Amino acid sequence: MLENNLESALKSRGFSRRQLVKFCSATLATLALPERYLAQTVAAVSKVRKPVLVWLQFQDCTGCSESMLRSSHPEVADVVLDLLSWEYHEVIMAGAGAAANHVLDRVVKEEKGKYIVVVEGAIPTGADGMYCTIGGRTALDIANQVCSNAAATIAVGACAFDGGLVRAKPNPTGALGVHEAVPGLKVINMAGCPHNPANTAAVLVHYLTFHDVPDLDQYNRPLFAYGRVIHDQCERRAHFDAGRFVTEWGDEAHRKGWCLYKMGCKGPEATFNCPIVQWNDHTSWPIRAGHGCIGCASPRFWDHMSPFYDRLPSVPGFGVEASAGMLGVGMVGAAIAGVTVHGLIRTIKPIPYPADVRTGEEN
Amino acid sequence: MSERERKTNMSRIVVDPVSRIEGHLRIEANLDGGKITDAWSSGTMFRGIEMILEGRDPREAWIWAQRICGVCTVVHAIASVRAVEDALQIEVPDNARIVRNIISGAQMVQDHVIHFYHLHALDWVDVASALKADPVKTSSIAQSISDCEKSSANYFRGIQKRVKGVVDSGQLSLFASGYWGHPAYTLPPEVNLLAVAHYLEALSWQKDFIRLHAVLGGKNPHPQSFLVGGMTTAMDPNEPAAVINPERIDLLLDLCRGAKKFVDEYYIPDVLAIAPMYKDWLTRGEGLGNFLSYGDYSSGNQNDPSTFLFPRGIVMGRDISKVLPVDPSKITESVAHSWYEYEGGDANPLHPSKGETKPKYSGPKAPYEHLDVDAKYSWLKAPRYDGKPMEVGPLARMVVGYAAGKKEIRDAVNGALKALNAPPSVLFSTLGRIAARALEAQLMANQLEGWVNELSSNLAHGKTTIFNPVRWDPGSWPSSASGHGWHEAPRGSLGHWVEIEGKAIKNYQAVVPTTWNAGPRDAQGQRGAYEMSLMNTPVADPNRPLEILRTIHSFDPCIACAVHVIDAQGREYTIPRVA
Repeated sequence: MLENNLESALKSRGFSRRQLVKFCSATLATLALPERYLAQTVAAVSKVRKPVLVWLQFQDCTGCSESMLRSSHPEVADVVLDLLSWEYHEVIMAGAGAAANHVLDRVVKEEKGKYIVVVEGAIPTGADGMYCTIGGRTALDIANQVCSNAAATIAVGACAFDGGLVRAKPNPTGALGVHEAVPGLKVINMAGCPHNPANTAAVLVHYLTFHDVPDLDQYNRPLFAYGRVIHDQCERRAHFDAGRFVTEWGDEAHRKGWCLYKMGCKGPEATFNCPIVQWNDHTSWPIRAGHGCIGCASPRFWDHMSPFYDRLPSVPGFGVEASAGMLGVGMVGAAIAGVTVHGLIRTIKPIPYPADVRTGEEN
Repeated sequence: MSERERKTNMSRIVVDPVSRIEGHLRIEANLDGGKITDAWSSGTMFRGIEMILEGRDPREAWIWAQRICGVCTVVHAIASVRAVEDALQIEVPDNARIVRNIISGAQMVQDHVIHFYHLHALDWVDVASALKADPVKTSSIAQSISDCEKSSANYFRGIQKRVKGVVDSGQLSLFASGYWGHPAYTLPPEVNLLAVAHYLEALSWQKDFIRLHAVLGGKNPHPQSFLVGGMTTAMDPNEPAAVINPERIDLLLDLCRGAKKFVDEYYIPDVLAIAPMYKDWLTRGEGLGNFLSYGDYSSGNQNDPSTFLFPRGIVMGRDISKVLPVDPSKITESVAHSWYEYEGGDANPLHPSKGETKPKYSGPKAPYEHLDVDAKYSWLKAPRYDGKPMEVGPLARMVVGYAAGKKEIRDAVNGALKALNAPPSVLFSTLGRIAARALEAQLMANQLEGWVNELSSNLAHGKTTIFNPVRWDPGSWPSSASGHGWHEAPRGSLGHWVEIEGKAIKNYQAVVPTTWNAGPRDAQGQRGAYEMSLMNTPVADPNRPLEILRTIHSFDPCIACAVHVIDAQGREYTIPRVA
């Protein structure tokens, strides 16, 4: 009976069951969840009444929107038309001006407590917020209203996560990430410059399926995406262990794909599933393209990971254990935080950032 | 609102946010007798990226500058490495020129396709009307305009069913807020269905094609393979891990051929099918009539404009009988109506090299209904050339190239004019911009495979140099240096200027396409390109100003790019060295 309803609901949307199952399987793989969740996932994402999503853009470059449009599993059209009712997203929505503002007002009122809000871009607090206005309202005002009434807030990209590039020193506009600009929110942070759409799609599906978010680390980033050091997942790792390094761009070592550590690669200090999930339908990732990692999913990476071509001061020892240990405190903390917040999305309290991350402007 | 407005019955239309663009744009327009009598363009977001760049390593400036925009994601990276290479007098290897051409050419093709289908089409295409279409008729239209394989009645029936499913669910998603049923939508249902189908095809295609950026840059948006002095895309004919090897060449070729096929079989036929049904728009949205192109895409020496695919030049007052040279010293920026201060008085425009900027918001407190357009009203400055406002972008490139007698451009433009049975004057219009962009996408799609073949030939012949190491070590730099880098980005002429002192960035400046087009009035009260192009545009329903969107979108606005600050401390720049 349920099966029949599901089939007909899908058919009416011109969406084959095969397509749906394929997309759910891919999502489970990204989340590293067992196949036994497949039926539950399929049922959740094929609900007749789709959950509403609004996507806000503030001090952004629209790169995170563009990244979402590159989603290949699920296909972007499936996400925005079938998985969710994607009702407000300035870069791609049909309506403009009053018609657009009306949609946002309607969602906040009629879907109160039920909709998902995605935020892209930092939020300026300088000049009374006038560094970013939409429809005559400040970004801060809009974020306060729309995020506070949502079921869940997802901050995509470095800027929404912690202010990103906009907040890099001297932070001319007093820019902040969402969780700081709107204190007390339940924010899921999809760090990265840009965020990886495979991860964000997986979080959306996870949320629709389990009404919950995946396990998070101390920065409220999902562990499945941010829980491993890039260096430990890197295809060039064997060269690091063997002491084979690129020492000049375009040299023989560079042509052979040796380790980029001496060219400034931040892989040993950064976490992200970039080497595993990769980008653009698993085509490549920056280290594969011959450039060091810039640690773009790390907190305050613009100030903390640059200069990008300077070698990390010390990556002790060789071998997996040693380098994981080097990151010890941070990563162990992340794992513990992840366990404690699991299943408690409605009671998540903002987790204090380390002092050097929080105090921003001067460092 | 102005005094005059208060005393008369003119109504003020506000469009904010202008959606389906990059960034935060607000348009205010006066309507009188059903026509726009005046208009103001305002950028409503500011970040200050150039201030953030000060004191940093110029070799990594491109990584930061690239984030000026994630839609035209590579253009600021290219302009930035060119500016630093100019300052440090670094010649890049030929392979790096080719790889940069492929990356930025691919950006142009993909960006133009996304613009037409996803940012602009819904101004002309009524999604709701597509439900009334007869898929059999749509199929025959499709087959009459293109060799595209996906053209059966069953295919269009499937698309229609999918759209109907979305509409019937009562949850219209992205389409929830459209002006469906607006009287200005005049396409027959069958053409609307065709366009909706191709909207979805383009959505799928754009993400597949841009895998090219992942191959040559690790990811898109924000590919990560540029270097001051070359690229990181190491080439080796015998190495599996080389970024460019024979297997990767094959993938690149496949992607480039796919792009050409998509442009030839979808984009061009769709533009040529839709344009004749909106002939009024061949005479609306004319704009300034002044066009600027820095020129770009060299076949050899990047410093020699005669090798460019898109010529460098200026056309003034729609006079295509002559092309004027570009004199960089004639570029100025005004802040008379922008939220910045000049120490010598806001009425005096300054050359970028002597630029000084202090952001100072002086508009109304939020929430506000109207801007004070008699005073300052935008975060964009107002660039001028020889005191005149200019239009940049695909239309400017096609007009300058046409006037300069560039064969590929003349042939393409003449072909389109013949298909539309129209004289060259129709280029100066809203539809002219759309057609110019499509033609340019086709010109570029035709180039891509050739560049990959050049790369392949170099690879096969052992010419694998991709980086010039001579100035990588900052110890090899002079104590101070300055330079500029220009690029023809999808939206038009882009320039970065950099000043280096003590191995760090002293000053950085970007003058970008959308600042030229979307900037506000200057001290003389001259309107910018957007503002001018809206004059006399009829608006059928002030509550649903579809006509404003049509013309503004024809420029493909990119506001994050356009808002920039030169130097908040108000220090003077040295004069950039310009060719």
